[in-house]
Amino acid sequence: MLDNQSLYKTMLRIRRFEERALAEFSTGKLFGTTHAYIGQEADAAGIFAAADPGDVVFSNHRCHGHFIAYGGDPYRLAAELMGKATGLVGGRGGSQHIQWRNFYSNGIQGGIVPVAAGMALAEKVQNTGKVALVFTGDGTLGEGVFYESLNIASLWKLPVVFVVENNRYAQTTPVELALSGSICGRFAAFDIPAWERDTTDVLEVRAAAAEAVGYARAQTGPVGLILRTYRFAAHSKGDDVRAPSEIAAFKDKDPLTVHAPRLGDDERARIEAEVAAEIEEAFTRAASDPFPMMKDEK
Amino acid sequence: MPTVLERLNHALHHALETDPRVHLLGEDILDPYGGAFKVTRGLSTDFPDRVHTTPISEAAIVGVANGMALRGLRPVAEIMFGDFVTLAADQLVNHAAKFRWMYNDNVRVPLVVRTPMGGRRGYGPTHSQSLEKFFLGVPGLKVVAPNTLGDPADLLAAAIAADDPVLFIEHKLLYTRPLLEAGVGDLRDMQIETAGGPYPAHLLRFTPHSHLTIATYGYNFELARQAALDLLYEHEIFAEIVLFSQLSPFNIDPLLESVQRTGRLLTVDEGTLSLGWGAEVISRIVERSNDLSRYYVSRVAALDLPIANSKALEDEILPSQEKITEAAIELYHEEGASHQSSR
Ligand SMILES: Cc1ncc(C[n+]2csc(CCOP(=O)(O)OP(=O)(O)O)c2C)c(N)n1
Ligand SMILES: [Mg+2]
Repeated sequence: MLDNQSLYKTMLRIRRFEERALAEFSTGKLFGTTHAYIGQEADAAGIFAAADPGDVVFSNHRCHGHFIAYGGDPYRLAAELMGKATGLVGGRGGSQHIQWRNFYSNGIQGGIVPVAAGMALAEKVQNTGKVALVFTGDGTLGEGVFYESLNIASLWKLPVVFVVENNRYAQTTPVELALSGSICGRFAAFDIPAWERDTTDVLEVRAAAAEAVGYARAQTGPVGLILRTYRFAAHSKGDDVRAPSEIAAFKDKDPLTVHAPRLGDDERARIEAEVAAEIEEAFTRAASDPFPMMKDEK
Repeated sequence: MPTVLERLNHALHHALETDPRVHLLGEDILDPYGGAFKVTRGLSTDFPDRVHTTPISEAAIVGVANGMALRGLRPVAEIMFGDFVTLAADQLVNHAAKFRWMYNDNVRVPLVVRTPMGGRRGYGPTHSQSLEKFFLGVPGLKVVAPNTLGDPADLLAAAIAADDPVLFIEHKLLYTRPLLEAGVGDLRDMQIETAGGPYPAHLLRFTPHSHLTIATYGYNFELARQAALDLLYEHEIFAEIVLFSQLSPFNIDPLLESVQRTGRLLTVDEGTLSLGWGAEVISRIVERSNDLSRYYVSRVAALDLPIANSKALEDEILPSQEKITEAAIELYHEEGASHQSSR
């Protein structure tokens, strides 16, 4: 089990990565768009502290934090964001479409959910003992295929962990305008046990994730993991319509702030320096890498 | 000769028997019903653990199959009627077809989605369409359609063995048709040449000196073949047929070779005419030709309307042997500047 320092480092690595990525748009090294995970770091850090390294992951548009917590290399991700040949998928996918080991992501809301269920089925029939984790947001609960997937996962007892990161917004739309009923109730309707936490404390997330993932693995069946969180950055780049006062009110829930007191000042300073160097190295190295060339396609 | 349905059923049975990675998914595919068109009959009895009946969830059926394919299985999903494939379009276009290239060749998606298309069974506007045109030209997605000439079992076996996603279009009227036998019946006077890979194109002709070429696929080959016989015996017009099995992506060469000889091309398919299969086929021919004045082209396809329930109307809307014969005669008599007509 990861110690407090490791959890802090993972969260900080995500934070600094995302800050740097956003900054690199103004330098012209990044182009297009990206969805920063800033504020939600406890989710990824806690979940991947509880999952097995071999588990299968399908992530969404906001995938950088998931990828880094999964153990992915920030340099390969930075290179992908810059469209470099050395990127995770050679510059073909970019921010939302990455693949490495058992980690996959796609930028279509909802469509990844049945795919993850199918992955869980494949792991189940091949007796690998792996579970599939799929990441969605509150807004993605508007997609019908999400419920088709809950239904099938429950009927067929598929070991899939449906993670819902409820950051209270879908792009600009507050959850109150997009979501009726309760998220928990959605899982209950399909007889899928769900763990819901309103927390940005990585230890609480890890504890809930350990129960949920453990249950999915032990029972070979689906579970829900609903995490109430908040994102501090804009949805993608410049599309924030929230009042600054609202964002400010969540600042004391910053997962780094919540977890920091569990480390000594020296430890934090050391981790801060290590992560800063790592991120600097990742982006500098990626920046000097070559761009991809078209391959001959048949 | 066995029917198309028997051959498809056999291919599925054989795949399940020989490859433990093969799983079937679809609505109402369990015995004793065995699927809306019975293609999966007997399979759930013999392979109960690998034939999964699903809720009415086309997007999730293909989505789940996608995930299975990414993680080492070889799923074959059935969409009960081709009309419903629109509900799985996101899974086909934005997931299955993209994964391999988008992930820089890191992954494979050995997925087959089978579905019956086509009209003339009186099922009306939402159960009679040929919607494959919407899935042609999607990078990363193969579209294959069996016919009575090549063995449909071979095509389906190849699709299941392939590492990339295949949308397998089965015209409903083909199911009960027996496979053709070279040198017998309709094929008595025809020579057949077959070219190209696991999903070949076939050239059928009475003589090397045909007057025109008909390009088609799937069930419409049945109509085109009858038209070719009629053209020969009633009108003394020699039509040769190029029959495609792989619709997308596709190799134009077998057809080009034929049209370069005949100078006249009629495309026949059952999708709606506008922006359809025939348009792309003709464009490819035109692109590859340096003397456009030598070519006359025409298309027979469905009218740009929903498919009516009443047979009287449906017959007007869909291609028929008579329409093909008529179009071919007109094309045969075409002279002067090249132009395109359609019906
Ligand atoms: C099918 C589909 N519809 C719309 C979008 C555009 N889009 C991307 S992210 C997003 C908001 C998603 O909200 P949520 O699920 O809450 O995730 P969050 O962004 O808050 O992490 C939207 C509308 C999309 N990518 N896919
Ligand atoms: Mg959200």
